[in-house]
Amino acid sequence: MSKIIVTTQKGKTREVKGASGSSLMEILRDADMGVAAICGGVCSCATCHVYINGEWEKKLPPRSEEETDLLKELESYDPSASRLSCQIEFTEELDGLTLTVAPEE
Amino acid sequence: MTRTIVIVGAGQAAAQAIQTLQANEFDGKIALVGDEAYVPYERPPLSKGLLAGEIELEKLFFKKPAYFAEKGIDLRLKTTVTRIERAAKRLKLDDGSTLAYDQLLLATGARVRRISIPGADLPGIHYLRGIDDVLGIRAELAPGKRLVLVGAGYIGLEVAAVANKLGAEVLVLEMMDRVMARVVAPPVSAFYDQVHRAAGVDIRLQTGVVAFEGDGRVTAVVTDKGDKVAADMVIVGIGVVPNVELAKDAGLAVDNGIVVDDCCRTSDPDIFAAGDVTNHPSALMGRNIRLESVQNAVSQGRAAALAMLGKPEPYNEVPWFWSDQYDLKLQIAGLSEPTDEAIVRGDPATRKFSVAYLRDGVFVAINTINMLKDFLPAKKLIAEKRVVDKPKLADPNVSLKEL
Repeated sequence: MSKIIVTTQKGKTREVKGASGSSLMEILRDADMGVAAICGGVCSCATCHVYINGEWEKKLPPRSEEETDLLKELESYDPSASRLSCQIEFTEELDGLTLTVAPEE
Repeated sequence: MTRTIVIVGAGQAAAQAIQTLQANEFDGKIALVGDEAYVPYERPPLSKGLLAGEIELEKLFFKKPAYFAEKGIDLRLKTTVTRIERAAKRLKLDDGSTLAYDQLLLATGARVRRISIPGADLPGIHYLRGIDDVLGIRAELAPGKRLVLVGAGYIGLEVAAVANKLGAEVLVLEMMDRVMARVVAPPVSAFYDQVHRAAGVDIRLQTGVVAFEGDGRVTAVVTDKGDKVAADMVIVGIGVVPNVELAKDAGLAVDNGIVVDDCCRTSDPDIFAAGDVTNHPSALMGRNIRLESVQNAVSQGRAAALAMLGKPEPYNEVPWFWSDQYDLKLQIAGLSEPTDEAIVRGDPATRKFSVAYLRDGVFVAINTINMLKDFLPAKKLIAEKRVVDKPKLADPNVSLKEL
């Protein structure tokens, strides 16, 4: 089982187990990491916003136009790190991924 | 002694309440009572991906079934609460047992409104609210089947889109003079009407249903125009009614929903309510409202959990909804009224446009169709009750952020 290092909105860092075939959002939601994910992963609400920095960001699939359209409108948007976790499928290559849950808007 | 929180209803509000309790390291006991056979699951995909067979059932569960045992949550599925005994602070269950609570969260949701006309109980007539409903529909839906949908709301039209793609012959009957009349303005109704017809869905407006006919199984639908339409199956989508009976019998304040304040507190200090079942204050509308929406269920589930933890945070979010039909992503924010002025941004022919709603010049609601970038800025304008410049609003090249 691969792992993800998550920093929550409250600033606590936790290690969460991730299985391939789930989206990052589903993994965070299953582990009670404070991701609302209201629309359930259909790229409609931007309530699963996370920051993924540096090297990891390069290993992720690129943002779709829809994801970008939503992210750009968030006050907490960081062009270099913002992602919607529902749009990222977790794979073995992301073992050790480090992310921070973005503030709720 | 350890505190016990009992949640009645295992839907989206319950799932969020549990998540918020866990995230806040609640160290008491949690019990969850649900009448379905499943752990809390997402309902929106029922009429979309699950019906289409594109999503596996397990994907709908918020938490894997093992989660509840791991967290020590007392999970009671296929169980109904028959009575709340407020003085003794306990629940009577349909299996004869009792369940004590210190704090109670009623997240009983809503049930489908049933049609009461001759033949309404015939096999082949379906409703859509839970997983079992969809499994039942899917077992009958097949290419060439004649499906009659009663009601052109979100559910009816989402099902129409999926059934059409699966090769069924789809007819939608709607009482009103346009589709989705309760939730969108005429230009949006006209657009969706045209999209469905172009895809091969037949729609009859201003047409009610007076009877179902069939010998042992539905074979025809009789309309109020006197027509008889052949049908292999029927799905009725004419709205829902809140499950308030438990609360009402217990003497809680009920008025089109369980009456709660902006922190989801009912008239009993130990009882809270969240989701489709609540009648709650809306600062935006300046009155009490009841919403049938996932966003409201999630936001109230969280607010109720925080209030139970003694950390109340008033809930006051702009209501929003979505509906996926074909390749079209419809997003709705705010609550429009028929008398609002509707301003179209962009050309519907491009399948990418928005419709903004003004009430006395104030931006009160939006529908975006494949136009995600308008959605979040519009939500902010609605929350701020902004008066906006009409010519700018009508220009799709002007960002809503510049208004």
